[in-house]
Amino acid sequence: MRINCPHCGLRDVAEFSYAGDANRTRPDPNSTDMDVWNDYIFNRVNTRGRHHEFWQHNHGCRAHLIVERDSVTHEIFSAELAKKSAIAPIKTAKTKAAKS
Amino acid sequence: MAEYSAWQVIKNAFNGNTDWKQAWRKPEPKSSYDVIIVGGGGHGLSTAYYLAKEFGIRNVAVVEKGSLGQGNVGRNTQAIRSNYLLPENQHFYELCMDMWEGLSQELNYNVMFSQRGVLNIAHHPAQLDQFARRGNAMRLNGIDADLYSRADVGKALPGIDMSEHARFPIYGGLMQKSGGVARHDAVAWGYARAADRLGVDLIENAEVLEFIKDGDQIIGVRTTRGEIRAPKVAVCVAGSTSEVMRRAGIDRMPIESHVLQAFVTESLKPIIHTVATYGGGHLYFSQTDKGSILFGGDIDGYNSWAQRGNLPVVEDVMSEMVTLFPGLARVRLLRSWGGIMDMTMDGAPIITTGPLPGMYLNCGWCYGGFKATPGSGLCFAHAIAKDEPHSKAIPFTLDRFSRGYAIDDKGQGPTPKWH
Repeated sequence: MRINCPHCGLRDVAEFSYAGDANRTRPDPNSTDMDVWNDYIFNRVNTRGRHHEFWQHNHGCRAHLIVERDSVTHEIFSAELAKKSAIAPIKTAKTKAAKS
Repeated sequence: MAEYSAWQVIKNAFNGNTDWKQAWRKPEPKSSYDVIIVGGGGHGLSTAYYLAKEFGIRNVAVVEKGSLGQGNVGRNTQAIRSNYLLPENQHFYELCMDMWEGLSQELNYNVMFSQRGVLNIAHHPAQLDQFARRGNAMRLNGIDADLYSRADVGKALPGIDMSEHARFPIYGGLMQKSGGVARHDAVAWGYARAADRLGVDLIENAEVLEFIKDGDQIIGVRTTRGEIRAPKVAVCVAGSTSEVMRRAGIDRMPIESHVLQAFVTESLKPIIHTVATYGGGHLYFSQTDKGSILFGGDIDGYNSWAQRGNLPVVEDVMSEMVTLFPGLARVRLLRSWGGIMDMTMDGAPIITTGPLPGMYLNCGWCYGGFKATPGSGLCFAHAIAKDEPHSKAIPFTLDRFSRGYAIDDKGQGPTPKWH
């Protein structure tokens, strides 16, 4: 696998580290609902097919990326900077954290 | 069907080996059974066998998407051990070890179980201290463990780099002499044949497309070979667990699927007499009876449903192997392959009733499921037959995560790629 880093171009997967499903939504940090936290910490969708996921280019520019990859064929469709991504959870997490 | 024996071998030798019968039938699926087991791998087949043998439930179907034993039971590196730190794991895996010791006789099938020992190599004093702690924990629970000095390791593994100038010089090790290997395909075939002889229907090429429900109650499965109904449906599909559970309407599980690669070299004279692990990285290796060196390392580290991996891990594993055995640098690799691991959030398996009524679930073996094959089948059969966990499998329920009783042997936390 090679990932097309927005800063560094096409690089070998060995330069990146993986951080899992990018579609999980971190609960409100003030929430005391244990079911919500248990679900967030322990359960995964574990998609078979196209999957949005976090990677960090830690042997390169160190940017956090959101990569869309097929978990069956390992084909990579896109890689974008996590902070600019349209995928909701990170932004939700930040706004919620900021408000609290 | 006749028992396999030395007499059979001699008798068949005289008529050109033309009288051997098929090891198991190829039955058409009936419309209903007492129990359906989804998944014809090692654990599914052993579950079927113990349901029939120990609990007298013989009206059982095992439905398998492809052919029997084509998944992880035929892809692993065969190691059998019970050298865990936590008592939950020790009790369960020691039950398995006891069962391995009589398995060939039990199944009337030679699984070639060989107790050649499992040696964890330590490379610095702190690591050896940690191994001593684990060894003590094992001995307290009745499992054999021996602390090896540097010289002992050198004697157990001729050919290993014992020089002071190695990148991670060898410092000592922890040996479990009762550990070893078994021929993985023979385990699948042995259980399949033994279950078939007790009346279990092994239905191949029947993929489960959907679970048939009555309200929340699971009452059967719709497969590519038609509808089959049963009051109890047991799921035992390892790496495919999340996808199969989705077909029952459960979207999220404490599981991620990851790819693990394994490698085998051309045949060599015997140089590695035990199963051993490298403590400077992540590598485990043994030498098969055919002389090939069989080895593997880390999972690739990203979600994957492909039964093949990528080159960076291949390079890592090869470099670790050559670090330990510089003399193997020019040995040729025969094959490499991958399997899909059902990695849980604490590295321990799940054997449970539920999560839906009428359903039973056995999964989450990470990449240590082969050694558990006998015990997993027995405990899962117990859960199915009696609707309560076997005494050795009580800790391995699905709700342990929400109850705060994760069994995290290495203390890695809920990050599956680290287990």
